[in-house]
Amino acid sequence: MSAVRRRRQSSWTVFAPLVWTALATSFGLFIALTGDGARDLLAWPAVGVPVGVAVWALHRRRC
Amino acid sequence: VTRRTIQTWFLVHKWTSIVCTAFLLMLCVTGLPLIFHDEIDALTATGALDPALRPAAIGSSQEAPHFRSLDAMLATALTTRPPGEVPLFMAFDNDRTAMTITTGPTPDAPGSEMTLQSLDRASGRVIGSEDESGVMHVLLQLHTDMFLGLPGMLFLGAMGLLFIAAIVSGVVLYLPFMRKLPFGIVRASRSRRVRWLDYHNMLGAVTLAWAAVVGLTGVINTLATPINRMWQANELAEMTRAYAGRGALPPERYGSIDKAMTAARRAMPGFNPQFIAFPGGSFSSKHHYAVFFQGSTPLTERLLTAALIDAEHGTVTAIGRMPWYGQALALSRPLHFGDYGGLPLKILWALLTTMTIVVLGSGLYLWLGRRSPSTAGHVREIETGATMEPAE
Repeated sequence: MSAVRRRRQSSWTVFAPLVWTALATSFGLFIALTGDGARDLLAWPAVGVPVGVAVWALHRRRC
Repeated sequence: VTRRTIQTWFLVHKWTSIVCTAFLLMLCVTGLPLIFHDEIDALTATGALDPALRPAAIGSSQEAPHFRSLDAMLATALTTRPPGEVPLFMAFDNDRTAMTITTGPTPDAPGSEMTLQSLDRASGRVIGSEDESGVMHVLLQLHTDMFLGLPGMLFLGAMGLLFIAAIVSGVVLYLPFMRKLPFGIVRASRSRRVRWLDYHNMLGAVTLAWAAVVGLTGVINTLATPINRMWQANELAEMTRAYAGRGALPPERYGSIDKAMTAARRAMPGFNPQFIAFPGGSFSSKHHYAVFFQGSTPLTERLLTAALIDAEHGTVTAIGRMPWYGQALALSRPLHFGDYGGLPLKILWALLTTMTIVVLGSGLYLWLGRRSPSTAGHVREIETGATMEPAE
């Protein structure tokens, strides 16, 4: 586990991962609404981003 | 962010969460198996589609040569029901040869008194019926209205709004808490409370958009009954103005469904009907078959257009798109159920639901197992990112 940062981060630094994850999720949710096939193939990894990030964080916890 | 601002948002987060968490946990737990209701229903179905004709046509087809007529299908469905029962809905599976027919004791029968049967238009046989005592039905009722009807639905809608408020306030509190911490941190070496606080923040942060969409669309779904009533009182009343003041058409004077469908299809060429609402129900007038057509693209197939057919004479009297609030309801359904992107999306939906259960459960744990009961203590914890907590 990396050491806890003591320096204050900007609001953007704090929120950027949330914004990117939320954008990926929203893209996936709405692209799947517009069609099947290729659009589903795009939607699955996009909606899977939060699951992937959670798995990454839980894995990192053990390192 | 000032200390006073943190305190205000902390109290919003605390109280909105405390009030809605138990209900949200119930909704997540009952929602998990409902995500896979198609697969579970298929496993427990008693009948089967005729395999020889399965790819030949879809359930609403008027041209497939071997298909039984809609009137014959309705007669078949009614023979399995007690005398005097009337048709309420006829819905079509536009991927297969299947269709469903819903009947009830009266034209305005509530959902609890309806019976839904699945039929195969190729064979003309009943291939299954909804078992109202089954586990899936109980879960659906719990999830929809907790067996309390409209008051239950509206109550769950209010819980959904509190959930949205809890998400928003959680995002606001995330900023001061994470100011000095890296994204996704889970401090395993710290106290159990800090560890669960980190799980709560990390999982809450990554599921943010999904939880907000599912929560908001859930709230819209709880308004289905008022939305239908509003449509009936406004747009539908306008479309059926010529029939105002007439008594309800008795079921024995209902005309041919096939004739009505042929007239509706002629008026809406290129569109597939999704369902027919019979006179007297919440989706039609007292004198019309309302045939709801899907749009012709993947997105617009969820946006319906109603063709009203005089139920006695089989003539088209009006055609109108659902209003914006009806369209919002139609689009909110797939976004809430997660059943529109194949099995992989359903699996992701289940994983995200599980993560939300952990967020709700950890929030409950943090509240019940709090060390410092004072609001000032919690505000200090948020300001410092819980870095002052002792290591375990």
